[in-house]
Amino acid sequence: MITFKSFLQPHRIVMMALFGAVVLWCALSLRWDWLPKYAPLALEGLWTTIWIMVVTTVLGFVLAVPIGLAQAIGPWYLAMPARVFCTIIRGTPLLLQIWLLYYGLGSLFPQFPWIRGSELWPYLRQAWPYAVLALTLSYAGYEGEVMRGAFSGVVKGQLEAAKSFGMRRFTMFRRIWLPQAIRNVLPTLGGETILQLKATPLVATITVIDIYAVSSRVRSDTFIVYEPLLLLAVVYMVIAGLITLAFRRFENMVPR
Amino acid sequence: MPTAASADPLPVSDTRAEAIQVEDLHKSFGTLEVLKGVSLNAKKGDVVAIIGGSGSGKSTMLRCINFLETPSSGKIVIDGEEVEMNADGSPANRRQIERIRTRLAMVFQQFNLWTHRTLLENVIEVPVHVLKVPRAKAIARAKELLERVGLSDKADAFPAFMSGGQQQRAAIARALAVDPNVMLFDEPTSALDPELVGEVLTVIRDLAAEGRTMLLVTHEMKFAREVANHVVYLFEGRIEEQGPPAEVFGNPQSARLKQFLSSVA
Repeated sequence: MITFKSFLQPHRIVMMALFGAVVLWCALSLRWDWLPKYAPLALEGLWTTIWIMVVTTVLGFVLAVPIGLAQAIGPWYLAMPARVFCTIIRGTPLLLQIWLLYYGLGSLFPQFPWIRGSELWPYLRQAWPYAVLALTLSYAGYEGEVMRGAFSGVVKGQLEAAKSFGMRRFTMFRRIWLPQAIRNVLPTLGGETILQLKATPLVATITVIDIYAVSSRVRSDTFIVYEPLLLLAVVYMVIAGLITLAFRRFENMVPR
Repeated sequence: MPTAASADPLPVSDTRAEAIQVEDLHKSFGTLEVLKGVSLNAKKGDVVAIIGGSGSGKSTMLRCINFLETPSSGKIVIDGEEVEMNADGSPANRRQIERIRTRLAMVFQQFNLWTHRTLLENVIEVPVHVLKVPRAKAIARAKELLERVGLSDKADAFPAFMSGGQQQRAAIARALAVDPNVMLFDEPTSALDPELVGEVLTVIRDLAAEGRTMLLVTHEMKFAREVANHVVYLFEGRIEEQGPPAEVFGNPQSARLKQFLSSVA
C-alpha cells in the first residue's frame, strides 16, 4: 500500500526534487510559445488517439473471442481459418496492413459505381475507417491467439461443475468459461492494450489526424522539433499509466 | 371383522421410489476397461457408500451416472426416467441429460467452486441461471444454506481465500441450493488436510440423517459404516461385494474385501 508517509524518505525526496528540477528546466528554458496556437488541434488529436484506441481494442477483442474459441475447441474448418488469420496478422507489420487496406481497398472501392453511390461512400472516402479496420484486425489477431490459450487454460473442474448442474452450453460459456478465461489473461490484455495505444501513431501515415500527427504538424509549421515530441511522450505515458491502473483495478476486483 | 389391511399376510415390501438404477454399466478409456458391467440400485432415502482401491472404477461409476463420463454401454435410470443413449453410450438427447443433471447435485474432490465468484454467487449461480429462480429468493435461500454449513460470515469471500474444508462446505451448500433428488459425492474429503475432514463429514452426516438420497464415493471407512445403509465394494471394475455396512465391514466374504479393509484400517 502506498501511503503519503512512504514518500517522505530521503532517497525519494531527492528523486522527486530532481524530477521537479527537470520539469522546471523544461518549462522555463524550452520553447512552448507554440502551445496556445496548437492546443485546440492537439486536443482534437488526443481525442482521435483515444477513441481509435478504445474502439479498436473493444471491437478487436469482440473478434478475438470467437477466433480464440475456434482455435481452442472449434472444428477444423473454423480452427484453420482462425489460425491462418492470426498467423498472417502476427506475421506482417501493422504499417503494411494499414497501407494495404487504405491504398488497396481504398483505391479499389471507387472503381465500383454502386459503392460510390452507396450511403456508405461518405465514410469510405475518408481515411479513418481503414485505420479502425486495420487496428481492429491487428488487435483481433494478437488477442485471438491470447484467447486461444486463455480458453484452453481454464481449469477443467470449473466447467465440469457447471456441466454437472445441468447448465446449458451457452450459459456455461457466458457465465463460467469466458469470465474465467478473461480473468486469467487480464495482465496480458493490459499489456496488449498499451501496445495498441502505441500502435495508433501509424494511422497518421494515412492522413488521420491523431495526437502524433499534430506534433508532426507543429514541427513542419514551426521547425520546433524537440518540444512537441517531449510533450507527445508525456501524453502517451499518461494514457498508458491510466490503462495500467484500470487493468489493475479489474484484476483486484476478482482474485485468481 | 378383519379389515383388508390387517388381513394382508405379505411382508411389508420396500415401497420407496427408485432414485437411481444402473444396469450393466461398462466404461472403457481406449483399450482400458474401467467398468466391466456394474449394476446398482438406490431408492429414495438410501445412502450408498462406494468403496474400493484406487483404480477400481468407483469415481468413474459416479461420473457416469450424471454423464460427466460417457458410458460405453449400459442403462441408467434416474427417478424412473431412462437416459436416452446412442449406440456408443453418449447421451442421445442433450436437453434430457441437462434436465436430469439439475436434479443430481455433485460434490467434487477438488471442490470446483467457481473461483471468479464469491461464495454467495457460487450458491445462487445454478438456481438463478439454470433453474430460473428469482434472484432475491435464491439469495435468501443461499444465505440459509451458507448458515447451515457454518459459512454465513464468508458469503462475500472468494474461494481462493478459504480453507479446503470451507470450500468443500460451500460446495455442499451449492449442491443443496438446487434441491437435488440425489447428491453425488466424489471423494469429498480426499483433498483435505486431516484436521479439516471432520467439519465436512459433520455436514454430510447431517444430510444423511435428514433422509437425503446420496451416493458417496469415499475412503473414510468409519464414516461409510456410520452413515451408509448400503455399501458397495468395487474391485477392478466389478462389484465384488455389497450389502448393509454391518455385513460388509463386520463380516466380509471375499478375500479381496478382507484384504482391502485390513489395508485401509
